[in-house]
Formats: sequence, structure tokens, C-alpha cells
Amino acid sequence: MLGKANLGTRFLLVYLPLLGYLVFLLFPFYWMIITSFKRDVDIFVLEYNPFWIENFTTDNYRFLFTGTAFPEWVKNTLIVAVASTIVSLFCSVLIGYALARLRFRGSNFLGVGIFLAYLVPPTLLFLPLAQVIARYELFNTYWALIFTYPTQLIPFASWLLMGYFRTIPRELEECAMIDGASRLRAMWSIVMPLAIPGILSAGIFSFTLSWNEFLYALIFMSSGTMKTIPVGTVSDLIRSDVFQWGALMASAVLGSIPVAFIYSFFVDQYVSGLTAGAVKG
Amino acid sequence: MLPGGLLLLAFMGYPFLLGIWLSLTDTRIGVPGGFVGLENFSDLLTDNIFLQTTRNTFLYALVTVPFKAVFGLGLALLLNNKIPFQKLVRSGVLLPWIVPTALSTLGWLMLYDGIFSPFSWALKNWGVISNNINFLGDANLALISVMVANIWRGIPFFAITILAGLQAVPVELHEAASIDGAGRWQRFLSVTVPVIKGVTLIATLFSIIWTFADFQLIYVLTRGGPYNSTHIFGTYAYQIGTVSAQIGMGAAIALYMFPILAFFAILLLIYLRQEVN
Repeated sequence: MLGKANLGTRFLLVYLPLLGYLVFLLFPFYWMIITSFKRDVDIFVLEYNPFWIENFTTDNYRFLFTGTAFPEWVKNTLIVAVASTIVSLFCSVLIGYALARLRFRGSNFLGVGIFLAYLVPPTLLFLPLAQVIARYELFNTYWALIFTYPTQLIPFASWLLMGYFRTIPRELEECAMIDGASRLRAMWSIVMPLAIPGILSAGIFSFTLSWNEFLYALIFMSSGTMKTIPVGTVSDLIRSDVFQWGALMASAVLGSIPVAFIYSFFVDQYVSGLTAGAVKG
Repeated sequence: MLPGGLLLLAFMGYPFLLGIWLSLTDTRIGVPGGFVGLENFSDLLTDNIFLQTTRNTFLYALVTVPFKAVFGLGLALLLNNKIPFQKLVRSGVLLPWIVPTALSTLGWLMLYDGIFSPFSWALKNWGVISNNINFLGDANLALISVMVANIWRGIPFFAITILAGLQAVPVELHEAASIDGAGRWQRFLSVTVPVIKGVTLIATLFSIIWTFADFQLIYVLTRGGPYNSTHIFGTYAYQIGTVSAQIGMGAAIALYMFPILAFFAILLLIYLRQEVN
């Protein structure tokens, strides 16, 4: 937009405000990272400049792996996130394909239903859902989250995939079907390879949302070794009297790195996924 | 279709109906309840904490969303320029939105701490204040503090969504407008605004729904305190439904969100359909 403006104007109108945004948006992360490398005793010395590390240490990270259930939390979070992603992708590919291609009675109604399901927040359902989980005796099992996370993931993933499937010309499948392939085979060998960018976006979305989820995990996985990273960090590393700030921040940093890493690679796909699925709808 | 449909019915549709039933009973944890009609709903209307919660939720959503939208729009316009380290900057500003909220909120918990807050430290150092600011312990200040953290988390969502819309604006449109003698501001109004109006409105409706139904940010920062000054529907439903074990009452609190959410969801649906046609 400011292609031909001179450097001075550009600095005032673009770089300076952008710098302001970066400082505001990234300062909390800077703070978490430096705190995680501080000695707990140094945090209490109020004469030290809190914006810098006085005595660098990795003790907080070592403590996390040897003195807490952090390794268990990582394992739990990973299992739940991977399994929920696979379940969601499987269901969403089928729903997205059906919504994009098949004309059947009530397909319009179904599309609206899926969209509305995307807007149902966990806070509306968690109390009755806890009763359901209790009835099936799923408390503190991975299934409690693997069954419930997809309800939050399938709607958006189906929507996004529907957008992708629609961009693939129908004629490609029709050719294959004329040549004798069944619809399932045409879908599997013609449409799926072309839809890989969409499936990848939906997969990233599902994985990170499962990784980040808090409320269901807080209620359904409350026993010590079954917690996920966010729940374990918030409930086990905060004791009512003493805050172990260093370990808390170390856990928060480690729990954030995987999603930050994934998104730094896929930020462009994420943006194009938004336009393909949700926004153009 | 079937597997996904079944999961949605079993773990979303059924719990929703069960929630309506529970809200009409006096069920407590471990004690099956009896039917009490609309008693929970009418009791809540005379519960001062619930009224405060309602007020907080509306303030929380209606104050933060405009800030998120305006700052997000500003950021999107900046990111739409050619800048050095483009990809790095884009993924950097996205961080508050994509990392686990419960974990990034722990960062804010310390930034707001009554003793360790670096804001208090800096302001004291510059001689602006003499005592630490009690960001989360002061009932008047706490709601503002959680709102700032919420705005921080929500700006990237608006920015990245609007940026996606901006990139759909053909460069030729801007060029044509410049040739016709339109200034920068005029081009913004006549070329950019019409294109991003749609996505901005959609993002705003999404954000209102999510902010209304928020939970974790407030749970981590204040658990609804001090003196219930930061309770919103989600945290109060959790407090009553699990900590106080009154499931029926908790379900009723959560259901009070429903008409509001439904209103904005339908608005969103109508708007999206117009866009498509």
C-alpha cells in the first residue's frame, strides 16, 4: 500500500507502529522465557532488574523433568492430540466430501447444523458432558478426551475441507467413474491427493486445538498422572502458598513450543485455509 | 458421514439435551436430583453474584471485542506491507492466539503479580508510583486487567483474518484508483474497506461468541475473584457446578448463555448466507 513512500514516512507509518505491536504482543513471551532461566532465589531479590537474567540456570527445566509429572503430561497430551486429530480427520473428510459433492435430502440442513456445532462452546456443555463421561466410566481415561475433542474439531475441519473439495473439478471424478471406478475409489485415488493441502490445514488445526484445550481436560482428567500439559502446569505447579515461578514458566514455555513451531511453518497455509473454508463459507 | 455424525450426537447433541434436563433438577454431585421446574433459573435472578456475573460477562465481551477488532485491523494493514522478515513477523504476532491460553496466561499471572510485576517495578523505578499495583487483587482493577490479557490474546485472530481478506484485494484496483487520482485515504475507503468489511464483521461475530463463553483466561488469573468481581458465565458455572457440587444450578447458569450465543450465531449464519449468494 505504501510502495512508493519515502523511507521516513515508511518508518513513521509502518515500522514504528509495527514495533509497538511486536513489543506488546511478544513481551509476555520474553518474560516467560527469561523467568524460566532465572534462579528462584533471584526472583525474590527485588533489587535485581527483573527484565534481565542475573544468574543463568537451567535448574527449572531439570526440576520439571525430574521433580514433577511433566514427562507424563507430555505423553498424555501427545496421545490425546494425535488420536483426536486422526478421529477428526477421518470423520471430517467424509462429511466435507459429502457436503461438497453429494446432493441428498437435508444436505443443506446438515451444513447449517455442522456450522452451528462449530459455535457451541465447551462452557455450555461441560457439566452435562461430565455426567455422560461418568456414566460410561471414562473419567481419567484417554477416551474421555478422544471422544469429546472431535466434537469441537469436526465442525471446523469439515467446513474447511468442504471448501477444498469444492475447488476440485467434479469432472475428474466423473471421468474415473465412467472408467469403472466406484465413488469411494474415485474419492480415494483422485480427490484425496488433490485435497492434501486442505487435509494438512485441518490436521494442524485439530492437533493444536487438542494440544491447547483446557476445560474438558481439567474436569475429565483430574488424576495426577493423567493430566495434560496445560492442566498439569496450572493445577500442580501452583500450590496455594508458594508459586514456583521458574518451573511454572519453564513448563509454559515447553508446552507452547510445539504449536509455535508448527505454526511458524504453516502460517501461510493457515491464512489461505481461513479464506478457503471459514470465510468464503 | 456416519462416524462423525454419531460422535456429534453422542457428545454434543445428547449432552445439550441432558443439560436442559439437569437445569430443571436439583442434582448435586453424587446425589440424583428431582424435578424442580424453573426454580434454578428464577433463583439465579435474585442471586447477586449471578447478576454481577451477567454484568461482568457483557462488559468483558462488549469492551474487549471492539479493541481487538480495531487493533487487529491496524495490525493487518501494517502486515499487508512489504516488510523485512515478513514470515517471521507474521508467525511472531500470531503467537498470543495460537499457544495454549492457559500457559500464556500464566505469563500474565506473573506480570500482574502483586510483588513480582515488572510493570510495578518499572513504574516505581521511574518514580511514578510508590507502592506496587494490585492488578488482580483490587476488585475495581481486576476486570480491567483480565480484559487487557484477553485483548492481547485476541488481536492476532482479527489481524490474520483481515489480512487474508486484504490479500484478496486485487492490486489492479488500487492502481486504477490511483490513476483516477484517489489519495491514500480515499483508496482505503473506496477499495479496501468494501473488501474487508465482510471478513471483519464475521471475525467480530466469532469473537463475541468466543469471548462470551470464555473460561480459561479468567480461571487462571483470578478464578472469578476477588469478591466475584471477575466471574463470567463460564467460571461461575464451573464454581457452582463442580466446586460447590450443585450440578443442576451450574447447568442453569451455563444455559443462560444460550440465548445470547444463539442470537449471535444466527446473525452470523444469515450474514454468511448473504455473502455466498
